Amino acid sequence: MNMNLSNEYVQQRLVEKFGDQVHSFEEPYGMLTFEAPKELNLKVLNFLFDDVHLQYRFLTDLTGVHYPDQAGRELAVVYHLHNLSAKHRIRFKVFTDIQTPDVYTATGLFATANWMERETFDFYGVNFVGHPNLKRILNVEEMDYFPLRKEFPLEDQTRIDKDDAMFGRG
Amino acid sequence: MNEQHIRLPEGSIEKTTTTLNLGPTHPATHGVMQNILELDGERVVSTEQTIGYIHRAFEKLAERRPLYQITTLTDRLNYCSSPINNMGWHLTCEKLLGVQTPKRVDYLRVIIMELARISDHLICNSIVGVDAGAYTGFLYVMQYRELIYEIYEEVCGARLTTNMGRIGGFERNFSNTAFEKIEKFLKEYPKVLQEFEDLFIRNRIFMDRTQGTGGISAERALNYGFTGPNLRAAGVDYDLRVQQPYSSYEDFQFNIPVGTTGDNYDRWLVRQREMWESLSIIDQAYRKVQDFKGKEAEVYHADAPAYYLPAKADVYTKMEALIYHFKIVMGETEIPKGEVYQAVEGGNGELGFYLISDGGRTPYRLHFRRPCFVYYQAYEELIKGSMLSDAIMTMSSLNLIAGELDA
Repeated sequence: MNMNLSNEYVQQRLVEKFGDQVHSFEEPYGMLTFEAPKELNLKVLNFLFDDVHLQYRFLTDLTGVHYPDQAGRELAVVYHLHNLSAKHRIRFKVFTDIQTPDVYTATGLFATANWMERETFDFYGVNFVGHPNLKRILNVEEMDYFPLRKEFPLEDQTRIDKDDAMFGRG
Repeated sequence: MNEQHIRLPEGSIEKTTTTLNLGPTHPATHGVMQNILELDGERVVSTEQTIGYIHRAFEKLAERRPLYQITTLTDRLNYCSSPINNMGWHLTCEKLLGVQTPKRVDYLRVIIMELARISDHLICNSIVGVDAGAYTGFLYVMQYRELIYEIYEEVCGARLTTNMGRIGGFERNFSNTAFEKIEKFLKEYPKVLQEFEDLFIRNRIFMDRTQGTGGISAERALNYGFTGPNLRAAGVDYDLRVQQPYSSYEDFQFNIPVGTTGDNYDRWLVRQREMWESLSIIDQAYRKVQDFKGKEAEVYHADAPAYYLPAKADVYTKMEALIYHFKIVMGETEIPKGEVYQAVEGGNGELGFYLISDGGRTPYRLHFRRPCFVYYQAYEELIKGSMLSDAIMTMSSLNLIAGELDA
């Protein structure tokens, strides 16, 4: 059990294990953030979970982000992991293309990933391979698009072509 | 569980279980959520939770709003303790923008957050009582939730969806009436809380109804991402106020109550104990606030002109203030590029804000880590094989808030 995890140490362990497959190490606002190919996501999560010195066994958050301008890596899945006894958090990202957004599910490791992945699927259409019950969770099941993707802009609040009288104003 | 409770004639093709829709609008769910229960007699065989009935797409809306307009969205997450959500959001923004808040602001925030925690736990614990058939406690403690809401009203003008505080501090200093009401609360509430506790804590009926129902082990709770009182009831002393102190929580002395079995009784006890601890924190914070003298006692916001609205008198007389006022109100301030995760100990556990900014005027992406959403998925495991009436108690003792489930 290592009670003093530091960003440098975790980075060093990851590089020892996965070499240059883990990359883009950053520390925005102090939280170690890194990336791995999406095929490796379970290997990395497993390593972080099981390694005696790392023990990131609490999945705080799992969510998606859409970057329409990054060709071939439009969708990101972001994991926030926490080692409760060492009080250390890290952020791990995998990117996938939007045509085949297949990412392995983390439900085998974390029961909590179940709904988090369903939410990410619901809003971004990330297909979590191996998920026991991958269906929409907050939106209606008939919906045929993924609303948090950037191609669905919110209405322009300054538009003037609407008749105010129809909205109880003016 | 092996014994079949509904018996049908030999060779019958009817199914032996009953499907029961609990919700979406049912008095027992205390919010808009649905449970499709499969019952064998009175025992729960399986359940499927359906949520999303009040989904309002906050994460999408936030992508078009300047930071200060997102505070109103956070109100509507856990609406039993909106000020905690508000403060959590301000802390997230302050972290991104690098705003340092003065100590007095931190202490005032602590007072408000702990009051909110009390009102949150008070609702949950008294509702658990209501579901066990004890209505009196609920009606009695409502008076003091009312007093807490009056304090909110005095501080920000609103009661439920508070939109309290601004990036960098509060919109105005606490009035004398606010302090008087806090004093009144500190003086009168302990007696009421004690009386409320005595009604339940060794009540045979209440103990029989709650002990051994809806329990979860520490290991499963962690795997399910439980946080807050529900995790502590299972025996894990994880509290963000101690683990990663924010808003100067490190300046206060308090204990983290933990349970052992994670059942409904333990959850109730943990919340009850936390209210006592919150009272002690409010008391300490109130004293600390009173210790500020002279000019220091007037401080209620940080010096962050680009994000904190200038005083109205300055807007009318000073060019710079007028520009800042306009830029803030119209949301024309560019926020720095960055990626922040900030969490606070909400009424139900770790309320996290994951904010990505691409340097524009609004967040590129904002994700709320809602504790309710995370732990509600364990509901099936908690109630499988138990009686229907225990399932209802379990639902209320988890403190499910529909607003937080759906975001």
